[in-house]
Amino acid sequence: MSKDDFILKAERLYKSYRMGEAEVSVLRGVDLAVKRSEFVAIVGASGSGKSTLLHILGALDRPDKGAVSFEGRNLSRLAEGELNKFRNKMVGFVFQFYHLLDELSVLENVFLPAMASKSVFGWLGSRRWARGRAKELLGELGLSERANHKPYQLSGGERQRVAIGRALMNEPRILLADEPTGNLDSATGNGILDVFERLNGAGQTIVMVTHDERIAQKAGRIITLSDGKIR
Amino acid sequence: MYKIILSFRYLLKRRISYLAFLAVALCVFIVVVVMTVITGLVRDFKVNNHKWVGDCIVGTESLVGFAYYEDFIKRIEKSDFIEGISSVVKSYALVRGRDSEEGIGIEIMGIEPVKHSGVTGFGETLYHRKNDVSKAFVPAHDPNLVGCVVGIDRWLVRDAKGRYSYEVSPVEAALLVSCFPLTSKGALAKAGAGLVNTKTFYYSDTSHSGLARVDSSFVYLPLEEAQLLCGMGGSVKRISAIHIKFKPNVKLEDGCDKVAALWKKFIEEKKGEKQAELLDTVTVQSWKEYRRPFIAAMEKEQTMLTIMFALVGVTTVFIVLVVFYMIVSHKSKDVGILKSIGVSKVNIIELFSCFAFLTGLLGCVVGVFAGWLFLLKINQAEDFLFEHFGFQLWDRTMYAIGDIPSAIDLKVLGVIIVSAMAACLAGAFLPSWQAAKLEAVEALQVSQL
Repeated sequence: MSKDDFILKAERLYKSYRMGEAEVSVLRGVDLAVKRSEFVAIVGASGSGKSTLLHILGALDRPDKGAVSFEGRNLSRLAEGELNKFRNKMVGFVFQFYHLLDELSVLENVFLPAMASKSVFGWLGSRRWARGRAKELLGELGLSERANHKPYQLSGGERQRVAIGRALMNEPRILLADEPTGNLDSATGNGILDVFERLNGAGQTIVMVTHDERIAQKAGRIITLSDGKIR
Repeated sequence: MYKIILSFRYLLKRRISYLAFLAVALCVFIVVVVMTVITGLVRDFKVNNHKWVGDCIVGTESLVGFAYYEDFIKRIEKSDFIEGISSVVKSYALVRGRDSEEGIGIEIMGIEPVKHSGVTGFGETLYHRKNDVSKAFVPAHDPNLVGCVVGIDRWLVRDAKGRYSYEVSPVEAALLVSCFPLTSKGALAKAGAGLVNTKTFYYSDTSHSGLARVDSSFVYLPLEEAQLLCGMGGSVKRISAIHIKFKPNVKLEDGCDKVAALWKKFIEEKKGEKQAELLDTVTVQSWKEYRRPFIAAMEKEQTMLTIMFALVGVTTVFIVLVVFYMIVSHKSKDVGILKSIGVSKVNIIELFSCFAFLTGLLGCVVGVFAGWLFLLKINQAEDFLFEHFGFQLWDRTMYAIGDIPSAIDLKVLGVIIVSAMAACLAGAFLPSWQAAKLEAVEALQVSQL
């Protein structure tokens, strides 16, 4: 396997948090490599550091020690502006609690990443394209009828599909999902996993964090995190 | 673009935002109303003070006056920067009715009405002779008698609404005016011979300058008569002041400087002549300097009010700060979401600043509109309150204020709007900065939701 087949690599990641007087080590030297078009599930018990690892992989958090490289570029060496661009263009996040903006409609939530990367004038130029792309995504996710609704008018499964649409808006190289079915019933959760499988079938790289081994079975590879290390 | 959209949505969909916007609107409303009224009062007071005197006053406070004024007037009247010149005698006197034994202390001003109206707004202050100022001192009932113009508050009573009940034509009334004539050395000219000069004048008109002190204490007489009463007549005539009006394109300071230079030269030339020492007591002042003691008090009140309302502004900043703190603390999830899709710290600050800007703008629009509406009806509202509840902002029988000033000064309005916007931005800055510093991971933690 050549070096270039890995889209994302984590080497000797350490992360600890201070909780009152005590220092809690969450990650203790995690090594991880994800290939292009791979669907990886990271499993582990609650508090094993899965979400922390995912946040570090997506540059939402920084490791105390170790390095994450994306397509060969060390993320810790990127400036603030480059990291923002990385989060906007290269990564799409799907969170357990959907994290949609209540003030925006479903359609606006989906094209928000495209709007966030443009100035007012830049947006005026690309608005038509962005709205078209957002509508197309909503169509693929079965939410065409919900485009003008507000997030609070949707069911949990619908909200999570909106969050997936938002994550895919800028055609990211990698999709990072943190317990995407954790807040849904099993039928709705399976629907979300079907979407992930379909996306992965189309070549989308996905890293999903879950505590549920059964859900992890849907992924092509399962990594188990225990006591801050990959087992 | 998302900053503008989100700002609008935060403003319209968060009830707490209404608090911030209402606080701004209320402050702007109060400041617009109070500053318009007080600025209007000060402006009217200054205009009335200016109308009462010339642009430049060459004069002395000494009751003796100064001589050679005619020579100086001859010298400057052809200057290209001067539009008009008026000689004035000012002194104190006692006045009483023909059948009265009791004299009342007043101030007299001797003027030539046509010349004085060309330099000041004297003509406009008259009631009966407004359209023929040359007859200001001609009593209507007998043109052969010597008339006098009386300050309106000395003659007519103001009703509770501030209106005077003018006569259809001037009533026949004689006023005996007594003065202590002084020699050029300042001694009593009639020592041992009754001390006073008394002359009967006949009421010809009233003067309403809009200046309470002037309208309640001045009686205007023909210049020559005033000179005789005060002992300023004779071979070397004296006056108290020369009022000068400059041509419209002449700057006040420039005009006064030119007159001062000419006066300085004139004094040099007159040195050694009889009564020349009186010229040393004369000063050259602009109308602003001349009326400074009266205007300064009003300006001081305006400054104090401005400071008080600056404190209102500080309160607005604090309210906006508190409201924004509450809004931003409720919006930490949004900050986390935005950061997770690559929005920078600066953009987060811009988002909440845009929100603050819109809050301020809407508050200003509503506050200014409400203020304008209130000012538009302020006099009617006061009339209504007075008629139904006996309430008046100022007792018109005591204060020389007519209508409450209601014309909004655009410069003042501009300052108020800019200050309100700045207050909003200042109040929002700290919470915005704290929001921007928030790490996405912290903001999206379950405990923060």
